[in-house]
Amino acid sequence: MPENPAGTLTTPAKPAKQKPGGTLYRGREGMWSWVLHRITGVAIFFFLLVHILDTALVRVSPEAYNAVIGTYQTPIMGLGEVALVGAIVFHAFNGLRIILVDLWAWATRHQKLLFYIVIALWVITMLGFTPRHLINVFSH
Amino acid sequence: MSTTTLEQPPAAEAAIQSFTVTFLIRRFDPDVDTEPRWQDFDVEMYATDRVLDALHKIKWEQDGSLTFRRSCAHGICGSDAMRINGRNRLACKTLIKDLDISKPIYVEAIKGLPLEKDLIVDMEPFFASYREVQPFLIANSKPEAGKERVQSIAKREIFDDTTKCILCAACTSSCPVFWTDGQYFGPAAIVNAHRFIFDDRDDAASVRLDILNDKEGVWRCRTTFNCTDACPRGIEVTKAIAEVKQAIMRGKP
Repeated sequence: MPENPAGTLTTPAKPAKQKPGGTLYRGREGMWSWVLHRITGVAIFFFLLVHILDTALVRVSPEAYNAVIGTYQTPIMGLGEVALVGAIVFHAFNGLRIILVDLWAWATRHQKLLFYIVIALWVITMLGFTPRHLINVFSH
Repeated sequence: MSTTTLEQPPAAEAAIQSFTVTFLIRRFDPDVDTEPRWQDFDVEMYATDRVLDALHKIKWEQDGSLTFRRSCAHGICGSDAMRINGRNRLACKTLIKDLDISKPIYVEAIKGLPLEKDLIVDMEPFFASYREVQPFLIANSKPEAGKERVQSIAKREIFDDTTKCILCAACTSSCPVFWTDGQYFGPAAIVNAHRFIFDDRDDAASVRLDILNDKEGVWRCRTTFNCTDACPRGIEVTKAIAEVKQAIMRGKP
């Protein structure tokens, strides 16, 4: 096949600033709280799936259950637990925010403020939990 | 009359500073391109110019093939909704002074509707949802001969916000749910349903609430507030959707 068949249009040289996809939509607090809510929700779902499976093992045999739970007692899993609690705490507080936004006109107007309150409550909860938890994880 | 003003040289005009603004526009010509591509244009602009003026300058002076919709150019017809720097805006209401011109300004078509050419999308799915909510007065009562249906100021106030919609699709195409699920009615259709649901002269509120109490109806709304932020008319779209949700739960407006 010839390299340039007759009749084909030669497209102009591509401009330097090439960016094939569209730009990311620049939503505000509402959109990012929703994105975080989705991500944490899916993460919690997968945790619960594994959690129900390993808890169900106790019906198979207590030894098998102990063996599986024993593998969780590592610092890596300890850090994973911080992430898990962080996800659940955000999902819980933001869930309450969404309920308020849906049912209370004042909250619909002040959803940005409520988002920052959710973040503040999340930080306070995590400040209480993380040091205590990490001391437990790394002192055993 | 105006002859005196005409004779005066435009001295003040010469002093106004202009800026070179770079526009990155997402182009797509269905006859040539398989994928949309970004093209940059440098345009001389005043701070008080609008993005629409830049598009005009590009089309009239640099590249006549640039394709976009606009009609009134004053924020009423709702033709020129587009994504400017990643947010849905009307090109005719976005001033250069409100944008950061030290960086290029990104302009692309609204998202979630089929791209036809450059900044033009197929609006038909959007208007199909709009038609589905029956956006017109359905009244069983008959006004007195020669009179209109009387409505109190307070009752008119309830749906005043949603009468402002110009159907530009900025809200619907800013909705993450609509991007992934084109079946969702979208904020604009719900806003226009709200306008009649809460109108006490209208008698078909229950019909519209039924239509919107659907899998693809108001319950798809995830309150991301992109629509409220995008609306060029300042309608509190998410609030209107929340009010429709509550009307469905109550069973009446």
